[in-house]
Amino acid sequence: MKQPTANSMYGMVAEFHDTETLLKAANLVREAGYTATDAFSPIPVHGLVEALGIRRSRLAGIVLCGGLAGAATGFALQTYLSVFQYPHVVSGRPLFSWPSFVPIIFELTILFSAFAAVFGMFGLNGLPKPYDPVFNTPGFNRASTDGFFLCIQSNDPKYDPAATRALLEKAGAVQVTEVAKHPDDPE
Amino acid sequence: MAPNSPPDQKQGFVEIEPVLDTHHTMETVTDKISAIPLSNTLPRSILGVGFAALLLLGSLMGAIFFLVVEGTGIWGINQPVGWGFDIINFVWWIGIGHAGTLISAILLLLRQEWRTSINRFAETMTIFAVMCAGLYPLLHTGRPWLAYWLFPYPNVMEMWPQFRSPLVWDVFAVSTYATVSLLFWLTGLVPDFATLRDRAKGKIAKVGYGIAAMGWRGSARHWQRYEIAYLLLAGLSTPLVVSVHSIVGLDFAVSVIPGWHVTIFPPYFVAGAIFSGFAMVLTLAIPVRAIFGLKDMITLNHLDNISKVMLATGLMVFYGYGMEVFFAWYSANEYEGFMKFNRMFGPYWWSYWALILCNGIIPQILWFKKVRTSPIILFFLSIIINIGMWLERFVIIVTSLHRDFLPSSWGMYAPTKFDIAMYLGTIGLFLFLMVLAIKFLPIISQFEVRELLHKKQHKNGH
Repeated sequence: MKQPTANSMYGMVAEFHDTETLLKAANLVREAGYTATDAFSPIPVHGLVEALGIRRSRLAGIVLCGGLAGAATGFALQTYLSVFQYPHVVSGRPLFSWPSFVPIIFELTILFSAFAAVFGMFGLNGLPKPYDPVFNTPGFNRASTDGFFLCIQSNDPKYDPAATRALLEKAGAVQVTEVAKHPDDPE
Repeated sequence: MAPNSPPDQKQGFVEIEPVLDTHHTMETVTDKISAIPLSNTLPRSILGVGFAALLLLGSLMGAIFFLVVEGTGIWGINQPVGWGFDIINFVWWIGIGHAGTLISAILLLLRQEWRTSINRFAETMTIFAVMCAGLYPLLHTGRPWLAYWLFPYPNVMEMWPQFRSPLVWDVFAVSTYATVSLLFWLTGLVPDFATLRDRAKGKIAKVGYGIAAMGWRGSARHWQRYEIAYLLLAGLSTPLVVSVHSIVGLDFAVSVIPGWHVTIFPPYFVAGAIFSGFAMVLTLAIPVRAIFGLKDMITLNHLDNISKVMLATGLMVFYGYGMEVFFAWYSANEYEGFMKFNRMFGPYWWSYWALILCNGIIPQILWFKKVRTSPIILFFLSIIINIGMWLERFVIIVTSLHRDFLPSSWGMYAPTKFDIAMYLGTIGLFLFLMVLAIKFLPIISQFEVRELLHKKQHKNGH
C-alpha cells in the first residue's frame, strides 16, 4: 500500500535447504509478528504448523458430524421403510428388528465420514485451485521434490519489502524473491 | 544387546535389509519413482502383459455381450447349484482387494514403516480387484441395467429392499468399500500428481497431471488437514474392510444350507481375504520390482514381512478348515456330517484335497527364512495360494449346494465356456488396468517415501 506497485505483489518467498532451517525461520517470522504467512514443503513437516502459529484444523469435527449424519440416515431409512412404509413380516421377526439394521447403519456411517473427510479436507484447503501466485516463485517446482519455502504475504500489516527480505535472509534462506500476483507483471 | 554386535541387530532379530536404502536423498527417490510414469516407453515385458490382457479383455466383452443377449442361461448355474463361477469369482476378487486396504490403513495405524513403498501398489490393486468383483453380482442379476433396483429408492412398484437380508447389507458394504477405497487412493495420489506436474516435460502430461493435482502446492495448512484426513480415512477403512468380508461371510452363514450355516464364516472369510490379497501383492510386486529395478525400495525385508502375514493368515484359514470338520462331527447333525463326507470323498473330492494342499500344506514352507527371502519361490507360492483361495470358494459354494437335504434334488455343476471366458476376461481387465496404472501413476507413494527417508535420516544422528 506504500508504493503503487505493492498491490501487484503477492509476497516475499524464501527458499530453505532443509526442514530445520525452515522451522527456525518460521519461528523467527512468527516472533517478529507476521501473521499472513505460509510454508510449502514436499513432505508434511512436524511442528511447522505450530511454528507458524496456525490454528488447529476443524476437520476432525466435520468428520464426526459426517459420521453421525450417516448413522442417523441409516437408522431412519431402515426404520421408516421397514416399520411404516413397507411393513412386511420376514421369518417371523418383529417389524422393528433393529439388530439387523446395524450393518447398514455402520456402512453408511463410514461412507458419510469418508466423504466428510475428503471433501472437507479439499474444501477447507480451497482446492481444486489450479493457479496460485506462489507458483510464480522461481524454482517453486522443487517444492514437490526437495525444496522448502516460506512465504510472507504482501497483505500482512507488517509487510515491508526491505525489512521482510532482510529478516528472511537473516533466517538462513538460500534465495529470497518478491513474487508478483500475476506471472506477466514485472517484479 | 552385546556391545560389539552389528548395528542392524535389535532384540535378537537380524534385519535382512532396511526397508529403504538411506543413501537415497529426497531428490533421488523422487527421480526414480517419477521416471516410470514420465518416460515415453514401457519395458517390453510390461507391454507384452498389456497386450495379452487386452486380448483377455476382448473375451470379457464377448462374454458380457452374449450374457446380455441370451441371459444367465448361458452359464453353468442351474438347480440345485444356483451360485457358480459368478459368486466364486466375486468373493475371490473382493478378497484380493482387501490386502490393499490392510496395507494402506491397518499398517498405517500400526506405524509399520515397511508399508510405505508398497501401499500405493496395493491400493491400486484393491480398486481394480473391487471393479472386477463388482461386475459379477451386477451381471448375475441377468439384467444389469436394472441393478439400481438393489438400492432403496421411491418407485412406482412401491417396493423396498428387505433390510434383514445379508444380500442387501452386501450391496451397501461393497459399494461403500469401493467408494471409500477410491477416495483413499485418490487422496493419497494428489501430492504425487503435483510432483509429476512439476516434473513433466510434455504439454499433455503437464496439463493432465496439473488437473489431477488440483493445484496442490504443499502448503503447511494443507498438509495439516491432509494428514488429519488421511489418518481418519485409515481409521475408517480398518473396520470397514473387516465388515465387508464379514458380510460376504454372512451371505452364506445366514442361510440354512449345510456347509454354510456356521458361525466361523465371517472371521474365517476375513483371514482368507487377507491371505489371498497378500499373495496377489506378491504375484504383482515381485515382477515389477525386478523389471523397474526397485529393489532398494521394495526390499527383501518387505517380502519377508508379507510372507509372515501370509503364514499367519494361512494358519488361521487352515484352522477354519479344521473347525468345519470338527463342527460337522460335534454338532451330530447328519446333514452337516454328510456334507463334510461328500466334500472330502464325493464327486468333487479333488477340489477339497487340492485346496488343503494349496492353502494348508504348501504355505508351511514359509516357516523357513530362505523361502521368505527368495523372490522366485515366493512368486510361485503366491500363485499357488491364489489358486488355493479360488478353490476354497469353489469348494464352499459348489460342494455345499450340489447335494443338500433331498437326494431327489441333487445335481452336478460345471462351468460353461462363457463362465470361463468371463473369468479370464476379468483377469485381463485387472492386468490391463494394472499396466495402465504402472504407465501413468507413481506406483510407489513418493511423498510417503520422502517422509520415511527424512525420518530415518534424522533418527540416525543428524
